Order: sequence, then C-alpha cells, then structure tokens
Amino acid sequence: MIGNLDLMTLQQIWWIICSVVGALFLFLTFVQGGQTLLWQVAGDEVERSLVINSLGRKWELTFTTLVLFGGALFAAFPKFYATSFGGAYWVWMLILFTFIVQAVSYEYRTKPGNLLGEKVYELFLFINGSVGILLIGAAVGTFFTGSNFTLNSLNQVVWTNALRGVEAAFSFFNLALGLFLVLNARTLGAMYLVNNIDFSEAPNLETRLRKACLQNFLYSLPFLLYVLVALLVIDGYGFDENGIVSMVSYKYMGNLLAMPVVLGMLLVGLILVIMGVLRTGLATSTKGIWFGGLGTVFVGLAIFFTAGFNNTAFYPSKVDLQSSLTIYNASSSHFTLTAMTYVAFMIPGVLAYVVYVWSQMDSKKIGMNDINDEKAY
Amino acid sequence: MSEIDLGMVNWARAQFILTVMYHWIFVPLTLGLSFLCAFFETIYVKSGKEEWKILTKFWMTLFGINFAIGVATGIIMEFQFGTNWSNYSWMVGDIFGAPLAIEGILAFFLEATFFAVMFFGWNRTSKGFHLFSTWMVAIGSNLSALWILVANAWMQRPVGMAFNPESARFEMQNFWEILFSPVAIAKFTHTTSSSFVVGSLFVITVSSYYLLKGRHVGMAKKSIIVASVFGLLASLFTAFTGDESAFANGTYQPMKLAAYEGLYEGSRGADIVALGVLTSGKRLGDGQKPFAFEVSLPKGLSILAKRELNGFVPGIKDLVYGNEAEGIEPAAAKIKRGKAAIADLAAIKAADKAGNMEAKAAALERFKVNQDYLGFGYLDSPEELVPPVASSYYSFHGMVYLGSFFILLLMLYLYFSYKENLEDKTWLLVLGFFSFFLALVASELGWVVAEVGRQPWAIQNLMPVKVATTNIAKSNVIATFSIFFLLFAVLLIAEVKIMLKQIKTGPEGV
Repeated sequence: MIGNLDLMTLQQIWWIICSVVGALFLFLTFVQGGQTLLWQVAGDEVERSLVINSLGRKWELTFTTLVLFGGALFAAFPKFYATSFGGAYWVWMLILFTFIVQAVSYEYRTKPGNLLGEKVYELFLFINGSVGILLIGAAVGTFFTGSNFTLNSLNQVVWTNALRGVEAAFSFFNLALGLFLVLNARTLGAMYLVNNIDFSEAPNLETRLRKACLQNFLYSLPFLLYVLVALLVIDGYGFDENGIVSMVSYKYMGNLLAMPVVLGMLLVGLILVIMGVLRTGLATSTKGIWFGGLGTVFVGLAIFFTAGFNNTAFYPSKVDLQSSLTIYNASSSHFTLTAMTYVAFMIPGVLAYVVYVWSQMDSKKIGMNDINDEKAY
Repeated sequence: MSEIDLGMVNWARAQFILTVMYHWIFVPLTLGLSFLCAFFETIYVKSGKEEWKILTKFWMTLFGINFAIGVATGIIMEFQFGTNWSNYSWMVGDIFGAPLAIEGILAFFLEATFFAVMFFGWNRTSKGFHLFSTWMVAIGSNLSALWILVANAWMQRPVGMAFNPESARFEMQNFWEILFSPVAIAKFTHTTSSSFVVGSLFVITVSSYYLLKGRHVGMAKKSIIVASVFGLLASLFTAFTGDESAFANGTYQPMKLAAYEGLYEGSRGADIVALGVLTSGKRLGDGQKPFAFEVSLPKGLSILAKRELNGFVPGIKDLVYGNEAEGIEPAAAKIKRGKAAIADLAAIKAADKAGNMEAKAAALERFKVNQDYLGFGYLDSPEELVPPVASSYYSFHGMVYLGSFFILLLMLYLYFSYKENLEDKTWLLVLGFFSFFLALVASELGWVVAEVGRQPWAIQNLMPVKVATTNIAKSNVIATFSIFFLLFAVLLIAEVKIMLKQIKTGPEGV
C-alpha cells in the first residue's frame, strides 16, 4: 500500500512527521521553561522541590522527543543530518552539552553525596532551559535565514564560517526566534506548573507562577512580532521544477498565502497560546497549558511547513544557493521511507500510551506527599 | 585522500572511543538491572510480601541513578554520528538512520513514559499497572539495544542494500535482511545476555558487601538467589552466543577473527590458543613467531570459526597477501579494483555534469564490476587492513576467561545458597564483591574486540574510518574531546559517590 506511493509523496509525509515531532518538542519545552523559572518563582526549599518534582516527572519525554527528532531527520533526511550536524558543529555540540547536564541534574540534585551540590545542578537546569533552547531556536531560524555551507558532488559538506554554526545566534532573526522560544517555554512552563502542582500549602507559588506566565508572554511578544513581520517581508529560498534554487521576494508570505491551511494553523495556534495565557495569567483556570500547548504545536507545525513546503529550500545555503537542501534532494530512498512509514503507523499507539500514563500520573497533583517521598528529586 | 586530515580522524576516533566506552559503563547495567527489578517486583506482587517491595525499591533506586547517566550519554552517540562522522551519516543514513528512528519511536518512548510510573507511580497507579510499567522499562531498554545493535551489525556485515552511484551513497533494499542478518542476531543476543550478567553481578557485588558486613542479610540473600539464577542462565547463553559471534566473524570478518586469535599464518584444522603471550613488537612479515608462549587446543579454531575439524582458517598474512591455494585474493588487487571504482564514480559524476550520457553509461558499467571493493580504494597499503592485533587478542581472551569465571562463580553462589551457608564462605563473598567490576571490564573488552577488531573499516570493506569523518579542523574535535573528557570524569565521580552513599545507606534509605 505505502510502497505504491510516489517518492515525492513519501518525502512530504516524512516532512510532516518530522514537523509533528519537532512541534511536539516545542510544546514539551515547558520542562526547560519551568527549569528557568525555578529561581524566580520558588521562594523557599519546599516550593523549589514542588517545581523540580513536577518537572522531573516529564523531563524524559522532552529529552526522548529531541532524540526522536534527531533520529527521524537522520533517517528521513540524511543529507540534512550530515550537513547540519557535521557543519554547524559547535551549535549542536553546545546544545548537546546542555542536554547532557540536564539529564543527570534531576536524578543527582538531592541525592546524598552528589559531588557538585544542589545549586550547581539547578544551574545546569537553567543553562539547559535558556542556552539550550536559545540555540535550538537559532538553529531552526537558519531554515529561513540560511547557513554557511557548500556541498561537493559527493555531498560532502564544507562550512565556510569559522564559528561552525554558532554564527546563527548572531543573526537578529535567529536570535529573536531563539529568545521567543525561550520565553514561550517559560510561559508554557508556568502554565504546566499551575496545572500540575497542588498549591494548598504553597499559595504564593501559584500567584508567582500565574504572574510569570503573563510576564513571559508579554516579554515574548516583541520577539514574536519581529519574527512574524520579518518572515512576511524577507526574501526566501525557492526552487523551480529543475531544482534550481533562487532567491524569491516575499517567499514565506507567499508560502503562507499559497497554503491557507498553514496560515490558519499559525493564526489558530497564536490564538490558542493567547487563550492559554489569559486563562492562566488573568483567570483562575488550571487548564491553560492545554491551550498553550496545542497552540505551540500548531505554531511549530506552521513554521516547519512554511520552511519545507511550496517549493522551498528548508535548509538553504547562503554561500552557494545550489547546495541548498530541499525535502526532495535531502531525503532517503523510496524503500527506506516506505519501510519507515509502516513503522510510523505505531506512532498513534505510542501517543495513546503516553497520554494514558500522563493522565494516570497527573490525576493527583504534585503535593507535599510527593516531595517527601523517598524517590523525590 | 590528500584532503583528509588524519590527525583529525584520530581525534574523532578517540572521541568516539571515549564516548562509547563511557556510555558502555552504564548501559549493560541498565539492561540487566531493569529485568532484575522486574523479577523482584513480580515476586512482590505474587507474594504480597512487603520485604520484596522494599527490596525492589532499593534496586530501583540504584537503577535510576545509573539510568540517568546512561540516557545522557546515549544522546551523544546519536548526535556524534552527525557531528564527527558526517560523511558516514550521509553515505549510510538511508540504512543506519532507519533503525535509529525506529529505536526512538518504539523503544525510547516505552522507557521514558513508563520510567515515570516505575519511580513515582507506587501510590498513583494500581499494583498491576506499576508492575506492567516496570516490565515495559525493561523491555524498552532492551529494545533500544536491539535497534542500535542491528545498525552496528550492518556496519560489520553490510547486507540488504546497494550502492547508488547517482547519489553516491548506500541505499536500503531489504529491511528484513538487515534486521535478521546472522551478525545482527549474534550481536544482539550476545550483547544483551552479557549485559544481563553485568546486572546480575552488580546485585551479587552489593549483596556480597552486605553479607560481608553482616548488614541487610535477609535482603542480600534473597537478591543473590534471583540474581544468581538469572545471571547463570544469562552467562551460559552468553557463552553460546559468543560462540555464534565467533562463527559469524569467521564467516564474514576473518581478519577480525585472525587478529583476536593472533593468527598470522592460516591453516586447515587450525588450533586455538587457550593461553598465550604475544611476541612483543611482532609485525606482519617480520619472521618473528607470533607467540612468546602458547598453549593450544588442537583443531579448536577450525571448529570455532568453520564448524569443521579441517576447515581452512585464514591468517592475517593470507588475508593481506592472498593465498592462491585457498582462493584468497591479495589485498593489493582489491585496492587496485577499489581505486578503479572510485575513478569510475568520479567519471560518472563528471559525465553527468557534462551531459554526456554515453560516457556516463560506460563509466557506470565499469563501476559495477568493482563496486564491492569501493572501500579498498581508499587504503594506501595492504598492511592498513590489519587491525591492532595485541589489543584485539588480549581483549578477546580476557573476555573469554572472565566469562568462564562468571559461570563458575554463579554456580558456586547458587550451590551455597541452596546449602544455606553462603554467608560463611567469606572467600566466595570477596570474589563476588569484585565480580561486578570484572564484569564491567569484560563488557568493555567485548566492545574492543567488536570495534577495534574491525578496523580500519567503518563499514566492512566499503568505507574505511578515515573517509567517514566530518570535514572539520582538528582543533574543534580536540576541544570537544577535552570538554567531554572533563564532563564525563565529573559525572562519573558524582555517580559513583551517589551510588556508594545509597548502597551504604541500604534499603532503609529508599
């Protein structure tokens, strides 16, 4: 059945799958956002433990989604994987380091004899939530602003900037996208914590979290507006029927207009995020995370779809347009995409048990009993 | 070739060795201990006895500490394929990426999702669902091992694919052939079963410490019985799968087998070295005897590698310089054919660019004749085919000796547990106390045998390591190597300190 689909359709399906995983990752960065809020919203040790233990039950999902995103790109678009990871070496290495230190921090932070002390592990969590997400944002930004690479006839990458990817963070667009993601993660983090913690013995924490949600959203607005406006007016990297890449004026605005569903996703996503913020920041609802989360997923999908569809080079080269990567020239073979699509049929099952376990574990909010539990972080 | 910075290749190689060997300190323990936690909890749920719950939670705590760092180091592996080995990533992404993606979808989410229930669900979910979650973590952990080992096995024995000269990469042709390759089966079963031994010996080590100290005696004895049964079954199976792995090496990677047996001259009905010391400084063709001292078992290697009493087992010399009588082509001829394949590949590209379809078709025909030798074309000399013999030989034999020792040790633990006088056997408890550390050594040696033994290949016969790397300055890799080294050292010290503290505290602390 799947094997009968043409290569182009499979490539599009896999761009959609990778986009879904990427968008889910953006939603799950509420963990990272919550980590950066720790010192701001938690007034004492009890509140800090409530925050850490709430986030600590979810960090693996974010981590795993990032790993899956990398794995899916490797499998479906190996030329992108080789070009970006091998070329933009330092940006990925730095992202990697921030995630390594995150993974151990939850488990080690409060354990007796933890060598570095609680504060250092909390600093690791902050670095992961801020620097890590900022750099991921900058890396995603290069989907629109381009990167400094060329590919030879054997598809070997040569990076033309000595900073090997870190230069992405010096583009205002990329930086703005990165900062927006950091602030959005903080907004989501506050929403999630409001939803997940039993505040009966820490009422001030709830107040501070709701305030943080509103504040971070407001701080994110200038960056969001800059990204959106820039996206509408900048030239983009398009390609013709022969695969020849050229600069196209208002390319991304053109993409959004040519794909009204994507434009709709972007708008609905933004509205949902705003609804989540309003319900959390200005009302007493604890359900804001579901609006904010779904909204973030929609916005993420719109970003990835705008970058990859409508004859657009999703990983453009600034220095050699014809080295730019499209979902059609960077993908795996028909056979591999077919085989992986069969495997992808299992994703709904995976999502189902993730949702079930999440609902089981969160049916009771995190409270004092949990932080006094012997397994507590 | 002149564009390749061999200094960078060696640093990238060193970084990969550092990462994998560090990762491999934690992973076998995770694979083994996850099942032991599942066994312990199953006994608790079946018996309803609180002491088994306390015991389960204690081992789970140690599992969790280890698991976190295993996960953290795992992500490095995935990204390092891209950052340090980007040529490799592109060339084999079509094949290697698929198992990694499947690993992410099928295994990682199983682990990650149910891990939270395993640790925090004791009072939030039913007993049955909690037990189910513990089993899911164990199965998920081992499933992830399956996919990464399938990918690794493909590098050792590339099957189910074809080289596409148009895209200059290897493309998948048959998923099932890759998944069920004999090398993949041998690799998965041997690696996971040996990891079960590592997990079991960890329990034995900690429990022996308690018995020697006279603390938590009841818990220690219960743990030892479960771990000994599991460990013994696993170690016997490891011996069997090890034999299968050696047979697979004999069939598909004869140079690796020759290296870890120190076999320079091949022969029919070859003996196996049971005990031996290699001649120091021995080089291929220098006329020195391979062994300064050796005790061999007649026909042993022939049976191991060929399943025949008088099968021909090629030595390093045969594989490098050829053996006409046995139909083995000299490496020099393969290198020549490989260079022709590379030249034809370039000709295909050039003709394609010039739009000369006739020339392209001709170059393609020529390429097909020699494409199986593609990797040889990147070698500078036939001698480059010889992997480090001493490290392969001592690693293999060290692994086998330790594996045999574990079988004996676990039998003794079971016997004295049955006799109910284990705590009186101080000498055995001391041996048991050290067994986990020896198991880690054996496990790392196994990795050396598998990976160092296949050098210089990243993909057997098709891609040498030196062309698999990223085009990047050596200084970058040295910098990241140094950061990794420092980070790993700090995290390892932290893990060991936390583990020791938790063990010292005992089950009361969980």
